[in-house]
Amino acid sequence: MYSFTPTEEQKMLVDAISRYANQDLRAKAHDAEEEHMLPQNLLEKGWELGYLQASIPEQYGGFGDRSAVTGVLAAEELAWGDLAGALAILMPGLYAAPILLAGTEEQKQQFLPPVIEAEWQAYTAALVEPTFDFDPNDLRTTAVESGDGYLINGAKTFVPYADQAQGMLVFARLEGVTQGFIVPQGAPGVEVADRQKLMGINALPVYRVNFNNVHLPEDHRLGGRQGHDFEPVLSAMRVALAGLALGVSRAAYEFSRDYAKDREVFGVKVAQKQAIAFMLAEMATEIEAIRLLTWEAAWMLDNGKEGASKHAYLALTGATDMAMMVTDRAVQILGGHGYIREYPVELWMRNGRGIATFNGLAIV
Amino acid sequence: MIEFEAPKPIAQQSFALQTVAENMMRPVSSYFDEHEHEIPWDYINFMHMAMRATGAGSLAPRESKKKEGEEPKEKRPPIGYQSLAFMLEMLSWGDVGLYLVTPGGGLGAAAVEASGTPEQKQKFLARFAQEKPTFGAMAMTEPQAGSDTSAIRTTAVLDRETNEWVLNGEKIFVTAGHKSMCESDGFVVVWATIDPSAGRAGMRSFVVEAGSPGATVAKLEHKLGIRASDTASIVLQDCRVPFENILGSPEVVTASTTTKGFKGAMATFDATRPLVAGTGIGVARATLELLKQLLEQQGITIRYGLPRQKLTNIEREVIDMEIMLRSAWLLIIKAVWMADNKMHNPLEASMSKVRAGDVVTKITQKAVEIMGPIGYARDTLLEKWFRDAKITDIYEGTGQINRLIVARHILGYSGRELR
Repeated sequence: MYSFTPTEEQKMLVDAISRYANQDLRAKAHDAEEEHMLPQNLLEKGWELGYLQASIPEQYGGFGDRSAVTGVLAAEELAWGDLAGALAILMPGLYAAPILLAGTEEQKQQFLPPVIEAEWQAYTAALVEPTFDFDPNDLRTTAVESGDGYLINGAKTFVPYADQAQGMLVFARLEGVTQGFIVPQGAPGVEVADRQKLMGINALPVYRVNFNNVHLPEDHRLGGRQGHDFEPVLSAMRVALAGLALGVSRAAYEFSRDYAKDREVFGVKVAQKQAIAFMLAEMATEIEAIRLLTWEAAWMLDNGKEGASKHAYLALTGATDMAMMVTDRAVQILGGHGYIREYPVELWMRNGRGIATFNGLAIV
Repeated sequence: MIEFEAPKPIAQQSFALQTVAENMMRPVSSYFDEHEHEIPWDYINFMHMAMRATGAGSLAPRESKKKEGEEPKEKRPPIGYQSLAFMLEMLSWGDVGLYLVTPGGGLGAAAVEASGTPEQKQKFLARFAQEKPTFGAMAMTEPQAGSDTSAIRTTAVLDRETNEWVLNGEKIFVTAGHKSMCESDGFVVVWATIDPSAGRAGMRSFVVEAGSPGATVAKLEHKLGIRASDTASIVLQDCRVPFENILGSPEVVTASTTTKGFKGAMATFDATRPLVAGTGIGVARATLELLKQLLEQQGITIRYGLPRQKLTNIEREVIDMEIMLRSAWLLIIKAVWMADNKMHNPLEASMSKVRAGDVVTKITQKAVEIMGPIGYARDTLLEKWFRDAKITDIYEGTGQINRLIVARHILGYSGRELR
């Protein structure tokens, strides 16, 4: 059967996140971006919403089951408030979700409870690399077998909170495929370099990280000696980012729609001009179309459907274009005001362009 | 719970329809494209027989029939419109021109379903289940009134002596108009005004049956595509129909106090727009599948999963086409799912039509471009599908009219506030 109605539990979660996104994330977004800092209490409050805790089973310290559909709904709502804040709140999942998806039983028991049972702490992942043709399935960071473990070498970029990370998943190429490795805080050879300045999401601290002969024991390879299939992890990252893109786009669409209904031009409201009204109609249609594409991909992942990872890829690719199209038009509809940092739309446009680049910065 | 599983009966139906599309439609696609106005009776007779056997037929879902004394079965969510959307998509994947000559009520029956009384439904719809293939059509457009349906000039005047409506005017672009009026005992639902001074409030629809005095098919159009489908002009000259052929209430209401008649027409569109959008999706899917096959023959396979920076231009185009196609189809599914569940869906219906109109024209245009001289030649069906697809963005409300509807809904504007 088809159904487009979220469950009661999902609705409650979305409502709770929506209030937080409106009252906290959105309210703080401008200053956080300008000051390059997310207030600690903002993160703590976001963490208390319990999205990640509810997606980890009880035996590993959580109180629910993971669902990509729920994750996509949560991601849209968080990113509607602010993308940088959303990424920070979801960040411990970057470490926890791949362990849940691909880790051994021992790894789940050892590494998940400390993340889930505590306050918000910096647990992160390093996937993105500083090359124009960065491809998660063809990494330049390498892992080679060495004695009773592995040696990691390479350079990563866009690693959130790397400076204070209590644990980090690093992805490296081993025998031609991408594999995850659990890197404890303070592991020798991990060099956290400079904090990067970006076009957007400046409230989120991201770092370059270099790995110089980092030695990890065998049981720190995700999935143990057998390793793991990277595809489910990558697909969960893709739908997560697509969900976040929906939030950014919806924020920009709604703001420009309301502005257009308020602003007078030639004796009518801007929105009463077809040139603007049609832009808004296309933005709304685009968002709804990509939302359904993303929901379907997430539903396929949750239900182990054939072709799920292709659909996750299509959803993110579609979401990348949606985010740019919608946020660009939002700036255009506000005209000169759209270009001024006092209004939020230019930040959404900067963040919207980042969707093409941020794969690996979130997972559901 | 959010779910994307096609209901089982639909999956079974799709399998059967694909066989029809492959065996009854594709082999004659080119022939009927090149022999415009020739009637594909083999297809028509086959479909009529098949649909009589299965009970399918009109553009509006049938009420499920209960046998007397039988316990009501476990209540399942209704899937009538969803089922139709899948059916139309698959038949249009076969050939959208031929699909349009599938016997049955078409938009005419849909209008009767949407705004007819139970007696009218009984009287007018029974004919589609009879032995001979029968057609129905809807006549809205006039030479001077396309999307602006309130500018319709065809008049209907009640002759109180004979208790008949007398219709005068000219209707154009009537899909299956010729088959409804000349090739079967069908009917055309004609939109006319009973009070020209009342604008939309005066609009009513009338069932004009084949053989009605004063109704003539004056012309068949020559078209860019969907050439297997007849597009007729119908002239109404003192055309007389019985009083009870006015759809909806038989009461003659004061025209100026209600726009119910006009709203009836628009409500029909809420149901039919996503379905018409679905026919375009069928054409686009056929195109994309053939394009990928042809590329594969040239040794080009699409490498899904690569970052865009690593893709070839052809790969990017094909991947973008898949995104457009799938997301447009999902908008349609949501719109018909809402219709099945009795949710008000004019916004979703128009969104699905806007998107489908855009993407099917884009996809079919790109396919011809990518295949170069092979795409432009008539050796494959790509150029035909390019011509067929364009109608998706025109009939059942152009892309622009549907944008206007979407815009009014999202902005909360009336037709007066956003013209």
